[in-house]
Amino acid sequence: MKLVIAIVRPEKANDVLEALYRANVQGISLSRVQGHGGELERVETYRGTTVKMGLAEKVRFEIAVSDSFVEPTVEALCEGGRTGEVGDGKIFVVALEQAIRIRTGETDHGAVTPVGT
Amino acid sequence: MSGPLSLAQATGVNAGDTAWMLAATALVILMTPALGLFYAGLVRAKNTLNTFMMCAAALGVATVAWALVGYSVAFGGDGALIGGLDHIFLQDVAFEPRDGTTIPHLLFMVFQGSFCIVTVALVSGAVVERMRFGPYLVFAALWSVLVYGVLAHWAFGGGWLQDQGTLDFAGGIPVEMGSGFSALAAALVVGARKDYGRQALLPHNSIYVLLGAGLLWFGWFGFNGGSGLSTGNSGVLAFTNTLLTPACTLVVWFLLDLLRGGRVTAIGAATAIIVGCVGITPAAGFISPVWAMVLGAVAALPSYALIVWRPRTRVDETLDVLAAHGLAGLTGILFIGVFAQFDWNGVSDGLLYGDPAQLGEQALAALAAPVYAFVATFVLLRVIGLFSPLRASAHEEALGMDVVQHGEEAYVTGEGAILVTAEATVEDEVAVANPR
Repeated sequence: MKLVIAIVRPEKANDVLEALYRANVQGISLSRVQGHGGELERVETYRGTTVKMGLAEKVRFEIAVSDSFVEPTVEALCEGGRTGEVGDGKIFVVALEQAIRIRTGETDHGAVTPVGT
Repeated sequence: MSGPLSLAQATGVNAGDTAWMLAATALVILMTPALGLFYAGLVRAKNTLNTFMMCAAALGVATVAWALVGYSVAFGGDGALIGGLDHIFLQDVAFEPRDGTTIPHLLFMVFQGSFCIVTVALVSGAVVERMRFGPYLVFAALWSVLVYGVLAHWAFGGGWLQDQGTLDFAGGIPVEMGSGFSALAAALVVGARKDYGRQALLPHNSIYVLLGAGLLWFGWFGFNGGSGLSTGNSGVLAFTNTLLTPACTLVVWFLLDLLRGGRVTAIGAATAIIVGCVGITPAAGFISPVWAMVLGAVAALPSYALIVWRPRTRVDETLDVLAAHGLAGLTGILFIGVFAQFDWNGVSDGLLYGDPAQLGEQALAALAAPVYAFVATFVLLRVIGLFSPLRASAHEEALGMDVVQHGEEAYVTGEGAILVTAEATVEDEVAVANPR
């Protein structure tokens, strides 16, 4: 069981979701985050104030999956999120100690397997 | 004591009429930023500023074009197709009343100019979220002269439609059909947004939409109420109808929403206000209050149908200018032909009151204005497109037009922003969130 965390471009979030659905990955959390990962900074000007935007808007996916789903999930994230330019984001796969479905109390594999599959 | 530029009023100028027309003009000017709010709410957050700026741009370039050339093209002579160059650079436009009015010529010019501005802004609704700002500015300047100026001449400036008896109280021809059918052409030339039909492209702030619609309605009392160019009966009738017609459109729109989805929608309500205001625009001073209410109900139907159907097509006429303005304006223009009433307008009867010819005169306008607007806009954008690409790249479109075209964001937090001072080298940059 792994927790897959992916930071992607907001404008690619819909493509990532599409790719995940196609790969049959269904339990997904998504949040808007700000981050900096070495991409070229944008310069914006507000009246006399010119600033470099050090943080870029990103979307963070969190997906808990059983071991056999790690690879398809990562592939879908790469496929949906890639533009080839600096700033496409990163994927982190971390070990997951325990997962519990609140409604039923199911744990681990049962908890990360979406209902109806 | 009185010199050529005396402080006294010129002879023939009526104080009451002038006072109302000054106020009415200011009301119409408010409609352009109101439209900016309405449009900005309907697009995605990353295109908020660009969308509003397309309206703000009209306040700049359309005003300049109007003062330099547009006014003369529309009102500078009696040619059948275009005015002339009599008033180019506002030559001979001063305090003497404009012929046929009791208000100073300057005021007449600026009142008509405010119509041109909002009409240019209306067309932008077809191309938001993808058109580049530079070509848009060129388009706005040329369109206001070549399309708006010409149509305004046909309808108001002594052109062929006005000559042959077509009635258009406040701009069903140049403003509503002019913008609506130009919008269709613009959408076809510029092309659909890259995600159109593939992803849900939803309004990002419905409150902007409602507030913008409310302010537009407010401004429309000057737009229609001022189009009598006086405080006389036709202006009062138009003012009243500007409340009655949109109210009926709202109620009918609620019913249509209920029938279609079981729920009355807020953005539907905002749309209904616009459709109602547009529908009554050409007819405002020509039909009785009761027929104005009927028009409100009737105008809802075709526009509602087109708004439901259009997104299923490949035509990304993004903010439905054709449905809300072109089609509702056309409905209003034709409605006059049947329900105009001499007892109310002192000008002409429609079919129902004994003059079937009026309907023919209206139908001719409903055919000619859309064709001219569509063809002229199509050609104009194609020509501009020869010199400069009309739309942003797919990558820029994904980033959003605010950052790409303007280097600003509507909802910026400033977190992590690093101040760039004129003298600062890279080492001297100061983090705003953590100043040294």
